[in-house]
Amino acid sequence: MYALVDCNSFYASCEQIFRPDLRGKPVVVLSNNDGCIVARSKEAKNLGIPDLQAFFKIAHLLRQKGVHVFSSNYCLYGDISHKVMSTLQNYSPDIEVYSIDEMFLCLAGVQEPLIAYGQTIKQTVWRDIRMPVSVGIAPTKTLAKLANHAAKKIPKVQGVCLLDSQEKWQWLQKRLPVTKVWGIGSQLGKRLNAINIVNIYDLATANAKHLRKQFSVDVERIIEELNGKPALSLELQPTAKKQIFCTRSFGEKPTELKPLAQAISAYAARACEKLRAQKQYCKSIQVFINTSPYDNNYYSQQLVVQLPYPTDDSRIIIANANKALKIIYKEDKRYLKAGIGLLDLSERKYNQQDLFQKSQSEQCDALMLTVDKINRRYGQGLLYWGAEGSNKRWRMRQQFLSPAYTTRWEDIPFINC
Amino acid sequence: MKILLLPKYGSAVAAGFPSAADDFLENNLDLNQHLIRHPAATYLARAQGSSMTGRGIFDGDTLIVDRAIEPKHGNIVIAALDGELTCKILDKHKQQLVAANPKIKPIAVAENSELIIEGVVIHSIRHHVRLS
Repeated sequence: MYALVDCNSFYASCEQIFRPDLRGKPVVVLSNNDGCIVARSKEAKNLGIPDLQAFFKIAHLLRQKGVHVFSSNYCLYGDISHKVMSTLQNYSPDIEVYSIDEMFLCLAGVQEPLIAYGQTIKQTVWRDIRMPVSVGIAPTKTLAKLANHAAKKIPKVQGVCLLDSQEKWQWLQKRLPVTKVWGIGSQLGKRLNAINIVNIYDLATANAKHLRKQFSVDVERIIEELNGKPALSLELQPTAKKQIFCTRSFGEKPTELKPLAQAISAYAARACEKLRAQKQYCKSIQVFINTSPYDNNYYSQQLVVQLPYPTDDSRIIIANANKALKIIYKEDKRYLKAGIGLLDLSERKYNQQDLFQKSQSEQCDALMLTVDKINRRYGQGLLYWGAEGSNKRWRMRQQFLSPAYTTRWEDIPFINC
Repeated sequence: MKILLLPKYGSAVAAGFPSAADDFLENNLDLNQHLIRHPAATYLARAQGSSMTGRGIFDGDTLIVDRAIEPKHGNIVIAALDGELTCKILDKHKQQLVAANPKIKPIAVAENSELIIEGVVIHSIRHHVRLS
């Protein structure tokens, strides 16, 4: 059996951990650069605050309804996610961290009744971290996802739903549209609807071999999973990413090349750090910029550059990113967004040396290692590359940022005595 | 193949007496291990005010708070009383929060108010020299 533990309105709940006065109140969290709403507490949802809505468009509505607004605080969210994960480790030796707020647990060998076990998990995560979670338990990961959906939607089950028999999961499957299945997006959903597969039960009872031919082996796997036959196992090791992207919106929209180049350099440096952390080289990079789609003369452009050899050298990647930027940059535009992608990644350890071609030197490896080490110890961004500039006016706008309560000494909460 | 981990010797091998301390080699002392039982359930806070001086908690001290242990009568706790955080002694018998300073009156928990214990203060750290 598998359990899926999913944090309820994760970002909003993180903001309530050290603010008990905000529990039970409407809270929303904004995306990077305070662009739009990305998380809402239950109370904010009940007030009819829409998801993914541009903040500037509904700022007045939020004020009028007394909604508490926060900028994204990824230091806090990352640390809280880690705490939830380590608490869950007491309940299963095998855990897959599926995303920042969702974890699959393998429950093989649990002797206790599973609903009680799920309740214990839920109550412990609340007691220890003050994070509300829902728990779905079922024989496959896909059914556990469905069970979790039910745990959130059906108040009677009190946050824990067990689907351990065909009758139970079929009851649910008949009541939910096929797009609620893990792995069925809206596109695939439309194609399934076209052949009269409307709810999940239709899919679960369809001919798997037949659909495999028409769609893909993934659909066949989903059908097996929906019938209680495990086709997906836990992925215990996070797979190394095949691409690394670093994209941000600007707080103050730059028009000149200089601040744009500094921003691209900073994103490149950050992406390189991630590249080195997963012990990979990259062979080509992509640079892109765009203005606001709401502007009259919308401009969006990108360029891919080949690097001289597979590398994780920040200096080479920053220099090439800037070359690309100069080519795609146009004057008299107010840029909203810029980004860099590291593509064509390969494992460092499998790198082929070529006698006739230059490759990354050992001195460079040592330099990058040292820079990363210093930044890890003394805080990100202590050492930075000259190209990033020292006056980061283009950086994120975070008007409503809460303290990093758990990761920064000067931010730990004050308690009145 | 299994790799056996051995402690590193404190003295060079070549000549002279080996250090007598080698037989007693242990790991370094770790304050986390000494102060924290439930890492995921523990958080730090900064005391502000003078109501707990009688129990040795002064303005500016660092509090180590554990959410995972059951708050008992007489424990120093972080309480959320109607949403407001405060550090006091928990008096379960009289249903009140007591200051450790005779000048400050106990706070009675009224029937209709909401009291939630946000953790037990397991240690407080006094800073005699501020390290920057």
